[in-house]
Amino acid sequence: MTMSDGYVWGIIAGLGIGSFLIRFSFLGMIGSRQLPEWLLRHLRYAPVAVLPALVAPLVLWPQATGGEPDPARLTAAAATVLVGLLTRQVLFAILGGAVVLYTMLWLVG
Amino acid sequence: MPDSPRSHYLRGLRDGAPFIFVVAPFGMLFGMVATEAGLPLTQVMGFSVLVIAGAAQFAALQLMKTDATTAIVLATALAVNLRMAMYSAAMAPHLGAAPIWKRAVMAYFLVDQTYAASALEFERHPSATLSQKIAFFAGVATFACLPWYGATYLGATLGSRVPPELALDFAMPITFLAMIAPMMRTAAHVAAVAVSVAAALVFAFLPYNLGLLVAAVLAMAAGARVEQMSARRRAAA
Repeated sequence: MTMSDGYVWGIIAGLGIGSFLIRFSFLGMIGSRQLPEWLLRHLRYAPVAVLPALVAPLVLWPQATGGEPDPARLTAAAATVLVGLLTRQVLFAILGGAVVLYTMLWLVG
Repeated sequence: MPDSPRSHYLRGLRDGAPFIFVVAPFGMLFGMVATEAGLPLTQVMGFSVLVIAGAAQFAALQLMKTDATTAIVLATALAVNLRMAMYSAAMAPHLGAAPIWKRAVMAYFLVDQTYAASALEFERHPSATLSQKIAFFAGVATFACLPWYGATYLGATLGSRVPPELALDFAMPITFLAMIAPMMRTAAHVAAVAVSVAAALVFAFLPYNLGLLVAAVLAMAAGARVEQMSARRRAAA
């Protein structure tokens, strides 16, 4: 696989500028104007709306196994969620998921 | 002085400190994966400094490995980042009165972690002053954003020396899941998560990551709807 410098830097520049403009959008242009209540009500759920959608295919169809569901990764994902729900701590949830992942990989290979 | 910007900066530091355990491995992972894909150090660092968005960087890298066109790589990775427009809108009522250069700097550092910690803080303390809120945001960004560069560098220099048995491919999903689970505080949050997962899988066939955006919009609507219904039920009781 060969990636030309122009190709990679073009993507880096485009992604850098585009990402900044997205982040700057409301903060930069709208300023301190108050947003309507219905919009705020939707924004409250932005993280729980985007992140699960991002992660669900990665859990069910992991790239490492060529997109085949994998018992070790599924169990680790379940453990992460469970520990996260019980402890409400991101770090404990990550540790719990990692421990289960490595144990499962060691057990089932 | 408990209300000085300095004390708010320190509170931000404290609230942002745990993120270093998320950002550091995640950044290292990107450095390793990007180096393994054949990118030289300057380009790996270019990604982390100029884009500073983990999920989008991984998405872009994944597509570049399959020789996707520039337009498709950009459209997909920017779609992954579209959620940040929502973060920007959520921060605007709190930080929008700051001078333009401060808003530009904060926009650059507006990532999942700085948004999540700040949104929680500003919801708890809506009466904090603008400078207190800016100080808190800066505190969170210190640990949530700055380690990203060093971690990427470390990962890039370690390069492909990591054995596949470590299953680093799954660090990203576990990190995201660990962030999501503690957010499921109310029925509305749970509904949003459920709709988000279901819709992402149902619409996974859509090209250019559009399924992610469809799922996000549906899930936000579900969360807002359930919140409204719960409020009405409470009012009626």
